[in-house]
Amino acid sequence: MPAVTETIETVQSVTESGYKWGFETDIEMEFAPKGLNEEIVRFISAKKNEPEWLLEWRLRAFAAWKAMEEPRWAAVKYPPIDYQDSYYYAAPKQKKAPKSLDEVDPELLRTYEKLGIPLREQAILAGVEGAGETPAEGRMPVAVDAVFDSVSVATTFKDRLEKEGIVFCSISEAVQTHPELVRKYLGTVVPQGDNFFAALNSAVFTDGSFVYIPKGVRCPMELSTYFRINAKSTGQFERTLIVADEGSYVSYLEGCTAPMRDENQLHAAVVELVAMDDATIKYSTVQNWYPGDAEGRGGIYNFVTKRGACRGARSKISWTQVETGSAITWKYPSCILQGEDSVGEFYSVAITNNYQQADTGTKMFHIGPRTKSTIVSKGISAGHGQNTYRGLVRIGAKAHGARNFTQCDSLLIGDLCGAHTVPYIENRCLSAKVEHEATTSRIAEDQLFYCRQRGLTEEEAVGLIVNGFCREVLKELPMEFAVEAQKLLQISLEGSVG
Amino acid sequence: MTTAAQTGAAGFLARYEGLKDHLPGARKPWLNALRADAAVHFAARGFPTRRVEQWKYTDLAPVAQASFAEPLTMVDGAIALPVPNAKHRAVFVDGRFRPDLSALEGLAFRAGGLAQDLNAAEGLLGALAKPATEPLAALNTMLFEDGLLLDIPDGVDGGLLELVSIAVDPGRPFAFHPRHLIRLGAGARLTLIETATGRGQCLHNPVFEITVAEGASLTHGRMLQEEVTVFHLSTIYATIAAGGTYDNFTVAAGPRLTRNEIHAALTGPRAACHMNGAQMAADGQHVDTTTSLDHAAPDCASRQTYKTVLAGRSRGVFQGKIHVHRVAQKTDGYQMNQALLLSEEAEIDSKPQLEIYADDVKCSHGATVGALDADSLFYLRSRGIPESQAKAMLVEAFLHEAVETVTDDTLRAALTRALDTWWARQRKTA
Repeated sequence: MPAVTETIETVQSVTESGYKWGFETDIEMEFAPKGLNEEIVRFISAKKNEPEWLLEWRLRAFAAWKAMEEPRWAAVKYPPIDYQDSYYYAAPKQKKAPKSLDEVDPELLRTYEKLGIPLREQAILAGVEGAGETPAEGRMPVAVDAVFDSVSVATTFKDRLEKEGIVFCSISEAVQTHPELVRKYLGTVVPQGDNFFAALNSAVFTDGSFVYIPKGVRCPMELSTYFRINAKSTGQFERTLIVADEGSYVSYLEGCTAPMRDENQLHAAVVELVAMDDATIKYSTVQNWYPGDAEGRGGIYNFVTKRGACRGARSKISWTQVETGSAITWKYPSCILQGEDSVGEFYSVAITNNYQQADTGTKMFHIGPRTKSTIVSKGISAGHGQNTYRGLVRIGAKAHGARNFTQCDSLLIGDLCGAHTVPYIENRCLSAKVEHEATTSRIAEDQLFYCRQRGLTEEEAVGLIVNGFCREVLKELPMEFAVEAQKLLQISLEGSVG
Repeated sequence: MTTAAQTGAAGFLARYEGLKDHLPGARKPWLNALRADAAVHFAARGFPTRRVEQWKYTDLAPVAQASFAEPLTMVDGAIALPVPNAKHRAVFVDGRFRPDLSALEGLAFRAGGLAQDLNAAEGLLGALAKPATEPLAALNTMLFEDGLLLDIPDGVDGGLLELVSIAVDPGRPFAFHPRHLIRLGAGARLTLIETATGRGQCLHNPVFEITVAEGASLTHGRMLQEEVTVFHLSTIYATIAAGGTYDNFTVAAGPRLTRNEIHAALTGPRAACHMNGAQMAADGQHVDTTTSLDHAAPDCASRQTYKTVLAGRSRGVFQGKIHVHRVAQKTDGYQMNQALLLSEEAEIDSKPQLEIYADDVKCSHGATVGALDADSLFYLRSRGIPESQAKAMLVEAFLHEAVETVTDDTLRAALTRALDTWWARQRKTA
């Protein structure tokens, strides 16, 4: 195995050059010790057999991170995180996985059933040992990136993608196979020192997807990370990089509608998108990480930096997200509209129930002339949930004829939750036009009455009304995703009425 | 003077240390305590920088870096008073009450200078202002010398009253921090027309504490028309009890830097607050309207409409926050801010904000930013109206909309005049 030999050599060369590890440098070791320091960063890099420039890149990120303070401006509350008290490199926690579906929490299975997920998929989602060894059925034509998953769900469509010249693999693999592409684009949209969580991710990312669509290619299928993360708990510091070259098109799906088991509490992912002339990237997310229990114990902290650069003329980046999970969501998928006539879109549904907190929104930077952006955000708060839309629209002095339209609607269910809107509008261009609208309301009694009168239960009625409220966003999702997302909205709001 | 060299916050603190035994009310322990507490807060925070969220878009560095002295005790020469809008007027020169220039005879309520009547201010002064969180309120509390004291008993209709503030150029930079206290008893009414004029290098830093009791109604029109050398930083605190109404209309056009900050709290059921205004800026000017509305009781309504027109190299800021507390069910909150850019070099920053903790509410806000509508211009021109005139018509229409809802004819006329004066001057220079 040449790769392993190379790794050993790399590690040795580092060690011999006078670097003290401070712990046993056993290349077979699956765990790095707890804590975060330069050694851990070097360890991760060595473990992944990375070239020198990437190690340097990580170390610069780490140095930046050390000098930064955790952001406190978001309208979310959580106890301080001890960054030295977690593992930054750990092999899959296979042993904890349930042996069969019988061992899985019945509550979780009930949810799967409601979502209409086939049994085999249920097993995979619940992390049942060995469940992912054969590809799940009925999920075509979605190409699943499962390349570096230890149990390897076969990437059925890999041949077809390769024929088109599309690169779709894990970022670690891309570093080995397409180093020039990774080096050219990594960190160009979200620099290492961009913010606290992005810096942390840049230093220690272990995983993620890489997509490159060559000139003039329309990706023949939706690309997805559907199974990858839940098959093992390595999604903690994900790094995704998608590059769409001139005139290409790609639609990328992230996440999955079913709730996922995950032991990692802190998730700090980074997603970078680059669209060249006439290219289009459509990025859809359904996020349903563990939100904590009804009393607000546990749950994932989802601190994500997502940003796309419309570098080329007439390029387009469209973000669609349905956020129903996580105890805390902190994410602002953004677009840097550099190319003339480029287009940015952000469609979002965020639900907070029980004690969930979401502070999410977008940033649209209009730099090029005639750039356009559309923001549609639907926030739903129930229980003790707190939901904040926070967004920025900035029109630069040279963005002549730029146009933005923003609509933020909030729906409140119950009197213990909160809905907040914090939009920032900055305009330095005379010929630009910016419009912003926001409303907050609750489900009207007469709407509920109307539905109940026709024999719907109160929960069904609420589900129906909420789906109507979110329609504008849901219709942006790829078809099969949209159907699941609708069911998901209903389930997320369970127990919030009556 | 050794303090003359000190600038900004340090300069003001040194001034307070030197003057504290001579400021009005220096022998009143309650007032001394208030000032000392404010000084502690101001010392801790200094002038806000742009790192403070509420000051993200307005840079106070020109104020913080300057050194301001006290106004002269004696002002020589004739003082040009603006054309009166009402029979009764309270006139302040450099922040000090001038009975000789005022006309307050025959009023059925207490109206006059705060400094002469400090005993009546106890319990009212400092009741609403928040020096701990707003450094400008701290600065005002620390150094105020005078202000308007209005106390209208229950059921009295105070009619129309004018508040005139004039700054006279003494030939050196100076600062004054008037403190205005206004209380309306249950069912009382008043229309207050405020005009601020002045010239010279000065900082005008007024703080208003306004209490509107049950069923009372205060209409407060403001025309901030100082010259382009003046820094005008005003902070208004208002609390409105059940069934009460506070209407604020502000026209800000003139100073180099204007900050019009309003904090209003609706504390009883069916209370209402309307905040409207137009702010205009041309070359080198900066206008900032920052409002914060607290819905702390059920069944209250609030309406806000703000217009910004920017010409030349100028900057406009609007920040508006509506906070709906959990108890404030059936809240009806509306906010609209619109900005019109007339120049390639102008910049507008807008931050409307909703913070809502009650579910049975109807809250909305809207913001639009842009140049004059091309279709409207075309429509007018196609009817034979020359371009410059067509543009002027559209700008006028845009501005006048802000004062459309003023019901008092005298006040509306005064506000419209202020708008037209600015626009006429702009057209001439353009």
